[in-house]
Amino acid sequence: MEGQWGWLKGGVALGLTFLLAVTLVKPIGVSTQFVVADGLVWSLFDRDLVTPDSTAKSGFSSHNAYLDKSGGKYAESVANPINYGFVFVLAMIAGGFLSSRLGERRREPQVPEVWSRRFGHNHALRMGTTFAAGTLVVFGARLAGGCTSGHMMSGMMQTSLSGYLFALGAFAVAIPTAMLVFGRHQAGD
Amino acid sequence: MQIFLAVLLGLLFGFVLHRISAASPQVIIDMLRLNDLRLMKTIIFAIGLATCGLFLGLASGLIDVGHVSVKASYAGVIAGGGLLGLGWAISGFCPGTGLVAAGAGRRDAWYFIGGGLLGAFAYMLAYPWFKQSGILDPIAGGKVTVAATGSEAYPALVAGLPGWLIALLIGIALMVIAWRLPANLRPPRSGHTATPGHPATPTANTAG
Repeated sequence: MEGQWGWLKGGVALGLTFLLAVTLVKPIGVSTQFVVADGLVWSLFDRDLVTPDSTAKSGFSSHNAYLDKSGGKYAESVANPINYGFVFVLAMIAGGFLSSRLGERRREPQVPEVWSRRFGHNHALRMGTTFAAGTLVVFGARLAGGCTSGHMMSGMMQTSLSGYLFALGAFAVAIPTAMLVFGRHQAGD
Repeated sequence: MQIFLAVLLGLLFGFVLHRISAASPQVIIDMLRLNDLRLMKTIIFAIGLATCGLFLGLASGLIDVGHVSVKASYAGVIAGGGLLGLGWAISGFCPGTGLVAAGAGRRDAWYFIGGGLLGAFAYMLAYPWFKQSGILDPIAGGKVTVAATGSEAYPALVAGLPGWLIALLIGIALMVIAWRLPANLRPPRSGHTATPGHPATPTANTAG
């Protein structure tokens, strides 16, 4: 990895980032924006997906029940994609790009070593499995109402009960899964 | 102004996630199989620090209580967390770190995002079914916090004591846990000096 920070420096930087966001605007969250992105694509094919509606709290409603929930707040984001949450997430991609270009330029293997030691260097296998895992991750995040950022970090920062419950559910599955799939120890580690 | 802040804070968050190695599936998987807990120390410390800062900010009035936004508790939070955990462990990405890794040039992260868009779409269609199943019904009071935030909208589980006090106790406990947590649970094996999860040298298979 490129010029990475130690755990304490990283922890301070990450904590201050969450603090700055809640001070200036609101707690950080990510996974909702996958829904907004889908809504944008969907609305290209279906012009009636979101429509102005003066009776809705947000001013917009949708024939999709999920976009329509909570007074149509997701419908509003689809209607006005230049909003805080969506631009924030796009800027995150740029932030990753920026960090990877500054400082040392040491590339990690495209197929992670921990993966290739177990499953070999088959590119399609890694990409296909990662696609399927992405489906599970965001479906799970939407069912939970948030992801690692919104529930675990922002939620636990506010001492939300839901943040602790989410972390419990995520780690209770993720730790045994990682151990089973990739093994506890690997030669050469 | 909001859009300017979105760009600034999004850039900062993406930059920091990349710098702490959270956008590396290698590091995530090594954390989850308990091989290398440095990222775990980072995350726990960050949550502890942010907890202390937030509640001190709320108590002093530096942080607007209207910025507090608490999500509801329901059975689906745990079930959804479990589904996320499954995909997280297999891929080494969560929604935020997948985006950052894609920005940093990881091709597998773009596949992850593609899958994520499909998962979000599936949930958009499945939502009415989950809604009527009862799995989304609030439990334990719904939108509650442990420490009192001062917001009328979110009741506190510990109501008798000042929120900042409870939050400081939790926050400091988390920071102490982060401090004490060993970076590596396994004793080092003879002949290997390289740190697991952070390969000292780039390996041969960088192609693709």
